[in-house]
Amino acid sequence: MPSSQPALRVSGLAKSFIVHAQGSLALPVLRDVSLAVSPGECLALVGPSGAGKSTLLRSLYGNYRADSGSIRVRQDETWTELVGAEPRTVLDVRHRTMGFVSQFLRVIPRVSAVDVVAEPLRRRGTDPAEARRRAEFLLGMLGIPARLWTLPPATFSGGEQQRVNIARSLSVDYPILLLDEPTASLDAANRDGVVELICQRRDAGAAIVGIFHDTDVRDAVATRVHEVVPPAPTAGVSP
Amino acid sequence: MSAPLLSARDVTRRFGGRIACRDVSFDLWPGEVLGIVGESGSGKTTLLNCLAGRLLPDGGSVAYETKSAGTVDVHRLSEARRRLLARTEWGFVNQDAREGLRMGVSAGANIGERLMAVGARHYGEIRGQAADWMARVEIDADRLDDRPTSFSGGMRQRLQIARNLVSNPRLVFMDEPTGGLDVSVQARILDLLRGLVEGLHLSAVLVTHDLGVARLLTHRLMVMQGGTVVEQGLTDQVLDDPQHAYTQMLVASILPV
Amino acid sequence: MPDTIPRPDINPTDSTSQDGAYNYAYLDEQTKRMIRRAILKAVAVPGYQVPFGGREMPLPYGWGTGGIQVTAAIIGREDTLKVIDQGADDTTNAVSIRRFFATVAQVATTTHTEEATIIQTRHRVPETPLTDGQILVFQVPIPEPLRMLEPRETETRTLHALSEYGVMQVSLYESIARHGRIAKTYNYPVMVNGRYIMSPSPIPKFDNPKLDRSAALQLYGAGREKRIYAVPPHTSVKSLDFDDHPFEIETWTECCALCGSTESFLDEMIVDDAGKRLFVCSDTDYCESRR
Repeated sequence: MPSSQPALRVSGLAKSFIVHAQGSLALPVLRDVSLAVSPGECLALVGPSGAGKSTLLRSLYGNYRADSGSIRVRQDETWTELVGAEPRTVLDVRHRTMGFVSQFLRVIPRVSAVDVVAEPLRRRGTDPAEARRRAEFLLGMLGIPARLWTLPPATFSGGEQQRVNIARSLSVDYPILLLDEPTASLDAANRDGVVELICQRRDAGAAIVGIFHDTDVRDAVATRVHEVVPPAPTAGVSP
Repeated sequence: MSAPLLSARDVTRRFGGRIACRDVSFDLWPGEVLGIVGESGSGKTTLLNCLAGRLLPDGGSVAYETKSAGTVDVHRLSEARRRLLARTEWGFVNQDAREGLRMGVSAGANIGERLMAVGARHYGEIRGQAADWMARVEIDADRLDDRPTSFSGGMRQRLQIARNLVSNPRLVFMDEPTGGLDVSVQARILDLLRGLVEGLHLSAVLVTHDLGVARLLTHRLMVMQGGTVVEQGLTDQVLDDPQHAYTQMLVASILPV
Repeated sequence: MPDTIPRPDINPTDSTSQDGAYNYAYLDEQTKRMIRRAILKAVAVPGYQVPFGGREMPLPYGWGTGGIQVTAAIIGREDTLKVIDQGADDTTNAVSIRRFFATVAQVATTTHTEEATIIQTRHRVPETPLTDGQILVFQVPIPEPLRMLEPRETETRTLHALSEYGVMQVSLYESIARHGRIAKTYNYPVMVNGRYIMSPSPIPKFDNPKLDRSAALQLYGAGREKRIYAVPPHTSVKSLDFDDHPFEIETWTECCALCGSTESFLDEMIVDDAGKRLFVCSDTDYCESRR
């Protein structure tokens, strides 16, 4: 059941991209974005392509730098501000509170699929054997055959890589989850497994923000929808 | 921990009239790996040497939070204390492993030296620890008594890493640790470093010109150009959402594979 | 050869001995003063190598110029001098140096260890325990114990100053790794007074224990390298080792063929063309006194 206290609160978020090679034109992408997500909610970001959904999600994670506004997460019974925060603050939030499922797995040579998935758990101090067990369980749930578990994912198909990616990000019970098109490269059967996992997390109390291109998936996981609107076009402004 | 592990304030170093690095400031917290990226001549190696106490800055200061003796100004320490610090709480991995190894003595002696330097006097135990570390850096145990002159470049680099880590340092300085090595060798060492840094909760300052190495190993990144830090922040943020013109140019210059 | 030769009967005020215009004990007074200052400094800091202004001596480097300069600085007419070379009083060099001092310092000389006040030695310590009031002067080729490990003088000075002796322990480790034991049998490094690592000169490790808390004053002179160092009486001198590879001295299954000693350092001598071997005390005076 959604609780009353939000886990994530965004207000007045603004961001522009300035590409110096292109004459330092400022391209506003986010302007005055505000939203809140509570535990047990799954907020789907919707809007036309290029509206800034992915930019917004990445900004919440600190992967993109917000120009102004506020992103606050609930941690240790208090609010932690992420905009303008020191790197270690953001790293701490990512370590304990906020997980991110990107669209593509960043492949690291030599590390086996099971180790990729187990790593976040081990980093949090989970016993290596236990971490491995959970990783194998998740990989199994997501339909990765056991014979692939000890191989580095570099040679996997796109869909397999994505499922490894999801398993990794969902291995830890983050209170806040950010999902960027998690099922984009998956077929129907595998998609269902992922949807199942997401719903489980949501019902267990995670606050989720996600971009779901597939409407079926969105309908299955989302409890609310947030419209991302591109900023009104203005004449290009040089800084 | 309430204090940063390493604090740099306005570190500046000149060579004659040429500014090598200017007004560099940052705080490094325990468990963080800070990358310093830049092209040749950016001042990154000079900065690293100033931070590690090897070069005296012309301006600014570097403070280090010791294990049990409070905060010290790295350049105000007596040479004896600084050298002791460098052998116990710090590590320094050179780009050329030969500069960080004794080429004329065995691998085991190389790894055991820091232990012997602080009073270890049991041959069997020293040898045992050395063998243990050989395994951790994936060098065959039967090479324990071989000299690094007979090792490949990658093996020498891994030996240098073991030699530094045997004293359980809290802070490791690395200068292009995989520079000049073959790609597959590089991958192995980077993987090793990733595992060791995380497993041992090391903090590190890593100089590299390779953004891929920075992406893999560092949490935070400082981009240097012409001696100044033009951008700094979380590694993934600096690489995915570069703000400064120079950073944008660097990121755009990476060859796709 | 007579055992003890009394000092030559020469007018003590006549500074020109019968061999020409030499100052007493060959060196001029300023040089002796400079060397004595170096010796005092060395005694004050046991094991620390004191640089000194070594002079040109009437024999080349490698023949004991350092030991001779130390002896010349401390010797007086009341002294009795013994000179040994690898334990023997009768080798060419021991004889030459003894005769040199008999001439220029007009001292009594002896081969009996107990009768000597100053004993100059190359590469051995007498078997007979030394007593309070005796001075043992060592001839030293390379005073720096770390030299083979660290060629730079600037660096070895720093290592000594900062007590950074890891490199020495590394060399011992390496010896065990290569040979199964610490293979150094002479010039075996020691820790003096718990502070400085010193080279005891190329004496066999058999002699190292004799240096520990000896009642005599030990002076070490290196002529080519121009360094003097010292160990005052009753000072600790500990041979370096590992806990599980403790320092051990040489042992023989044979005894001395001449005197029967089982406790002295034995030389192996080949006595005929058929290759017959004898083991004989290296310390000739000790051996004779037992016969």
